[in-house]
Amino acid sequence: MAAKKIHAIYTDDDLLLQAVNQTRAAKYHISEIFTPFPVHGLDHALGLAPTRLAITSFLYGLCGLTVAVLMMNYMMIQDWPQNIGGKPSFTFYQNMPTFIPIMFELTVFFAGHLMVITFYMRSKLWPFRKAENPDPRTTDAHFLMEVDVDNHDVETLSKFLYDTGASEISLIENEQDH
Amino acid sequence: MYTLPSKLKLFSIVLMVLGLAGIIFGFMTTPKTIDDVKKILAEQEAHHGENHAVDHKEDTANFIDIARGEEGYSGAAMEHATDLSAEGHGASSHEEHVLHQLQTRPWSATFVAAFFFMMIALGVLVFYAIQFASQAGWSPVLYRVMEGITSYLLPGSIIVFVLVIFAGEHFYPWQNADLVAEDKILQGKSGYLNFPFFVIRAAIYLLGWNIYRYYSRKNSLAQAEANNFDHYRKNFKASVFFLIFFLLTEATMAWDWFMSMTPHWYSTLFAWYVFATMFVSSITVIALVTIHLKSKGLLSFVSDRHLHDLAKYMFAFSIFWTYLWFSQFMLIWYSNIPEEVTYFIIRIQEYQGLFFGMLILNFVFPMLVLMNSDFKKVPWFVVIAAVFILVGHYIDVFLLVMPSTVGHNWGFGIPEIAALLFFAGLFILVVGNGLGKVSLRPKNDPFIKESENYHF
Repeated sequence: MAAKKIHAIYTDDDLLLQAVNQTRAAKYHISEIFTPFPVHGLDHALGLAPTRLAITSFLYGLCGLTVAVLMMNYMMIQDWPQNIGGKPSFTFYQNMPTFIPIMFELTVFFAGHLMVITFYMRSKLWPFRKAENPDPRTTDAHFLMEVDVDNHDVETLSKFLYDTGASEISLIENEQDH
Repeated sequence: MYTLPSKLKLFSIVLMVLGLAGIIFGFMTTPKTIDDVKKILAEQEAHHGENHAVDHKEDTANFIDIARGEEGYSGAAMEHATDLSAEGHGASSHEEHVLHQLQTRPWSATFVAAFFFMMIALGVLVFYAIQFASQAGWSPVLYRVMEGITSYLLPGSIIVFVLVIFAGEHFYPWQNADLVAEDKILQGKSGYLNFPFFVIRAAIYLLGWNIYRYYSRKNSLAQAEANNFDHYRKNFKASVFFLIFFLLTEATMAWDWFMSMTPHWYSTLFAWYVFATMFVSSITVIALVTIHLKSKGLLSFVSDRHLHDLAKYMFAFSIFWTYLWFSQFMLIWYSNIPEEVTYFIIRIQEYQGLFFGMLILNFVFPMLVLMNSDFKKVPWFVVIAAVFILVGHYIDVFLLVMPSTVGHNWGFGIPEIAALLFFAGLFILVVGNGLGKVSLRPKNDPFIKESENYHF
């Protein structure tokens, strides 16, 4: 089945948010939105399920902390204790204040990098993937809202979207289905 | 319009009466003569038997003596370098030294509580000034709440002013002329640490802070009646200059009132550290007062998103405080220079539970409770975190003052609790009245509409 879609382009993020709220209130279905930067509150306005990325980040942080503790304990206490500034290197807890910067750094490093990688994987953004972006201007200064036509009247829908402040409206007839 | 509930008013007055009685009791019952002290020490001796077994001092002393190959080296070094006690050098005998510390205790107890509540009002004033200077769009709905809390600044700062002026040698050993006469370091610092200049500085802080508070409150109220933004512009300018003034005076205030209690010791981070304590406690109190007023249904225009932002600040500044605490601790611990490290030796040896407990209260708990974004919008979660933070930072101020002034002769008894009760009561009474004078909705502020419709 050829799915008909309407692409409405907005030029301002606040306008887009307002349009999203109005469109959803009017019971039209928004299938996708393309923005040049993350718009605060957009996920909430679209009614998307809360992201679980923060939980993964917390777990990665715990991993990083564990790695740091084990690493410093192995390096500086068990394998090759070094006398640095006369600080006790016999037990982990005695020498711990010196390890805290490393524990902090590795926690942040693991949490940050692995979270970004998770985000890429979850968004299917692996290397050599072709962009799905329907309009290159959405990488610059325009916001594109994709609305399913379904069995609504195209004229009324276009008129409605125009009233929400869209600066450009185009009908897309998609041959292949996703 | 808010009115302090009569029950809360009665409660605060009861707190003040109890507190005042306790403070007076504390001052009346300090030992007056060396004989009193000898009696107290003899009593302590009877209880102390087992405590001495855990004392590591002798081990370290021997270890250093052996390393140096010199009998009594560590003892001599500690004698010269130590700032463990305010009056370590001047006192002619151990008993006299203990007498001095016991007489200082009610002063310190009162000062800790007085400063704790004063710094909350001051920190809120700074937060308020930052909102104006940065022309923040989210916070104008909270202006009247902040102004209500800063109404405590005038009485609070006057009490703190009187305390630091009259505490004299109880707090500040550099005011003892005999001590300075035989101490080269203190002579070198006497250009800054002398009594007239100390009083002048304290007066400048008192005037500067209170003038800004008076002026900005006046403009803020006038803005509600005005039909242009002149008052807002005046407030913007005043806030910028106040912030410059504050950051300078806050640093010297921290040196004057806290660091000079141990005049040999110094830390370049100290002013920031005191600021972090002040700021995180203040934002916490803004959140608490907001939750209280909202539960009364008086802040219908404040949404959970404003609370979310306040909680974010509590979270962020708890971590900021820990960062400064650790930076100061690690550098001093690592370099281990006698005249620096004494600051932490006494705090870890004599105040261990409080010293590390404070870290858990101020860092671990707020971090875990406030980490989740949804929890920051739930009032009772924020209240739990706020209680941890406020208790933790009271302990923090306690640990700034007590080890430097009363050393190991500290306790948490009638003087401390009474001072806490008295100033808590005064704070509730003054802030409650301060909140009650005008409508809680700041009309005509240029950003009020943005603030009311605030989404992140």
